[in-house]
Amino acid sequence: METVVIIGNGISGVTAARHIRKLSDKRIIIISAETDYFFSRTALMYIYMGHMKFEHTQPYENWFWKKNRIELVNAYVTKVDVSTKTLILDGSRELLYDKLILATGSKPNKFGWPGQDLHGVQGLYSKQDLDLLEVNAPNKETCKRAVIVGGGLIGIEMAEMLRSRDIPVTFLVRENSFWNGVLPDGESQMINEHILEHHIDLRLGTNLKEIISDGIGKVKSVVIQETGEVLECNVVGLTAGVAPNIDFLKDSGISLGRGIKVNRHLETNIPDIYAIGDCAEQHEGIGNRRPIEAVWYTGRMMGETVAQTICGNRIEYKPGHWFNSAKFLDIEYQTYGWVFGARGKKDHEEQFHWRHAKEKVCVTIAFHKESGLFLGINTFGIRMRHEIFDRWLTEGRDVDFVMKHLVDANFDPEFYKQFEKEIINKYNSDYGKSIHPKKKSIKRIFQFN
Amino acid sequence: MSTYDRSMALTGQPPVTLSKNQKLATLIGMFGLAIILLAAFNVEFPNRAIWLITALTSIFTGIVWFSWDLYRGKYPGIKNDKVWFRSISNLGLGGWLLGIAITGFYIVLYFYPEYLGLASKGENTGIIALFDPLSKILSGNPASQWFVYGTLYTVGILAFGIKFLLKYRHNRYERIRTVSVMFFQTAFAFLIPEFMARLNGSSVLQGGSLPFLDLKNIWPLNYYNFESYRIKGFLSSGDIGFAMLIFAVASVFIITPFLTYKFGKRWYCSWVCGCGGLAETVGDSFRQLSDKSVRAWKIERWVVHSVIVFVTLMTTAVIYSYLGKDTSKYWLTKSTFLIGVGVLLTTVFALVMIFKRDEFKKDAKYGAVGYLVIILALIGFHFYSGDGHVFLFKSGTLRKTYSFLIGSIFSGVIGTGFYPILGNRGWCRFGCPMAGMMGFQQRLFSKFRITTNGGQCISCGNCSTYCEMGIDVRAYAQKGENIVRSSCVGCGICSAVCPRGVLKLENGPLKGRIDSNQVLLGNDVDLMKLVNQK
Repeated sequence: METVVIIGNGISGVTAARHIRKLSDKRIIIISAETDYFFSRTALMYIYMGHMKFEHTQPYENWFWKKNRIELVNAYVTKVDVSTKTLILDGSRELLYDKLILATGSKPNKFGWPGQDLHGVQGLYSKQDLDLLEVNAPNKETCKRAVIVGGGLIGIEMAEMLRSRDIPVTFLVRENSFWNGVLPDGESQMINEHILEHHIDLRLGTNLKEIISDGIGKVKSVVIQETGEVLECNVVGLTAGVAPNIDFLKDSGISLGRGIKVNRHLETNIPDIYAIGDCAEQHEGIGNRRPIEAVWYTGRMMGETVAQTICGNRIEYKPGHWFNSAKFLDIEYQTYGWVFGARGKKDHEEQFHWRHAKEKVCVTIAFHKESGLFLGINTFGIRMRHEIFDRWLTEGRDVDFVMKHLVDANFDPEFYKQFEKEIINKYNSDYGKSIHPKKKSIKRIFQFN
Repeated sequence: MSTYDRSMALTGQPPVTLSKNQKLATLIGMFGLAIILLAAFNVEFPNRAIWLITALTSIFTGIVWFSWDLYRGKYPGIKNDKVWFRSISNLGLGGWLLGIAITGFYIVLYFYPEYLGLASKGENTGIIALFDPLSKILSGNPASQWFVYGTLYTVGILAFGIKFLLKYRHNRYERIRTVSVMFFQTAFAFLIPEFMARLNGSSVLQGGSLPFLDLKNIWPLNYYNFESYRIKGFLSSGDIGFAMLIFAVASVFIITPFLTYKFGKRWYCSWVCGCGGLAETVGDSFRQLSDKSVRAWKIERWVVHSVIVFVTLMTTAVIYSYLGKDTSKYWLTKSTFLIGVGVLLTTVFALVMIFKRDEFKKDAKYGAVGYLVIILALIGFHFYSGDGHVFLFKSGTLRKTYSFLIGSIFSGVIGTGFYPILGNRGWCRFGCPMAGMMGFQQRLFSKFRITTNGGQCISCGNCSTYCEMGIDVRAYAQKGENIVRSSCVGCGICSAVCPRGVLKLENGPLKGRIDSNQVLLGNDVDLMKLVNQK
């Protein structure tokens, strides 16, 4: 019987394991040094905030693994010997594999700031990081101020977490508007305002110069590059993105770039070794995607794909239409298709933007300037139906069609205020059109007759 | 574990201390409770009406003020910060103490009302006497323990309803639903029955007297609705009484199935029902305590369906006991009734097994067959054994047992008393036969479902954690499968707490209501087709 060993028990590795079990009778071993059982990394913030306990973030009950004959090993893989197909666990124990899936995820970026290894300086990625934050910032008495460096999704989550315990937070963002490498300006601006509403001291266009020690190894303050201002603080959150967690593979012979180099079949340069999830790096980005995709959903899709390959149906990783979602404090964000921020915007991309006069709700729709082809949508404060946008993108609908049927795509709870009329009015006046919205049709939504 | 309480202090760690406003509000609320407690020890209040108003107003104000301070100045959104740090809502000491206190109250209420001051002869004393003035204004009669309970129940739903409205002020579904339960409790459960009592003996009712009737309280939740004294009451009260009897029967066989088909059982459980109203408002702080394990789900299925069988047997026996044998007097006789019940149950069973048998698990099939055989055997046994007691026991014994075990212990003492331990829907989930029957229909024949939004789920677990019915919502959502569970009461909180906009309660076509995907939306179209073929 073939033994498949998976390093990493995150969403990628666990999805691969589950699908291999569905498709075959192979022996499956998952190795992780982080936790005994799979948990949802995206939910770590809710533990600190008191919404959930750690066990609630575990999607499967503990008996699940034994019942499905997935063996769990709590260990740290220190070396991979590809010639003998052997893993060295915790520097001593050996484990043989027939097929190896690397799903080791990411680690927080550190850019060589002076003082970045002091006590009180930390990222937020792993369960251990969460435990550390509980020690560093249990309350506002122990942590009188926290400074967060890096304006991305983890940064804003960390700010929300600390604010839930009334800890004052200064948020240093290198860009001149929050996450505007990804979000169009109007949206980014709205999130700036929302961050301030939550009493977070947002500093845009601001870089960290150095972190200063209190003399006995703990953080005392940070210095801001632009102004030289010194901010007293007890915790520094480093949230300037993540990088693949691959240090242990350095001399293994597996080809590495920033991540583990894989082809479209998620195969590395060494036979029988695959890489999926955050740690995998495509030779070339697929479509508009980046070569390394550190996203929950892509990790899951790679897991689904590699399971097919390992079980004899060798297929390419061919993700469908891009989608993603996040929550910025109280504002939910969803995206389907491609809408680019100012920097990444293509020449042919036209963006229609609507924002509610009072509430924090906005929509951006991207379409092709000449053909009117619908390219993608970002929504803030409105939920949209994944299936509908996926269908429209596949069918190659134009922006007028999308506008006309926008109400079909609404996924907000029943009785919610609807904004489609206002959105379409603005669209009509922006582009001199006279589109009349269709009425919501259950038949169209569920596609039955 | 990162967040367990390391301190031994009963007040909790610094992040969960109370603000000045909250302390004052607590004081006011406790003052109101203290007045009622003093009354229990027979402290004589000179002007009962004023003291009663003071007590109720203090409790109401305390709760509303506390909630206002809790949510004011916060941006509208999900307010679950620190839920698992508070000992009252995380199965800590506070929760257990509160649980024991409420349980104690229910035991006294159901079994020792004399301690509350109920007098079988003469004037009430104690707490009940304190409530006499209000009762006299409404119905003209002195208060009973049930009037005291009803008043406190209504104040609870109203005050905590306002808390819920503040907490979920960004969510219109939750707001409308909460106003609905507040309305049905105040009007239908509390005021209308009291006013109706004034009509008893009047010419409107042709001199008859109606039983105490909460119109929205439908059999089998209202398990005593078809008992002899109530039927007599209905029939003695002219056209109005007759209309109410018709309504009571139609509620069971026409209105409930129709509305459940259209909207799922949520139309009742989280919009109308009094038990549901209390759970959603007073019990909201405990929703996260329901057990989500598969084991708990198994227990739930057996227990709730056994209660349905029990209530069916009991009601059949009770109605049987007062029917006549002579067809010339009244068309419905003992034997036609029994045959009718047998035919009805067999028909439902046959229809379900013919059209929906694929949707049952093995144990459900065994259970259904087993229970049907038992009921039919008991009916048949009765016909052969001649004029004995139907179902081996005296109908009175069956009724008393049901009323004690289910009506009092389960729905009251455990159902509400254990809020801080089993979560706020312990009764609705494990015990309520009404919820069980509507759930059966909801699972098999209803347009209602919770739609999962393609591949957007991140398995975070908020939905499952905050499901008061103990449904592991995430287990479905992360498979891209819609949630169609008989126990779902449609409170909408899973959808509200979802950070990624994955869940939506909606009514749609029956076809394709449940479909699980091996590979989720967003993946390679060919792969999805290949592996999702069924």
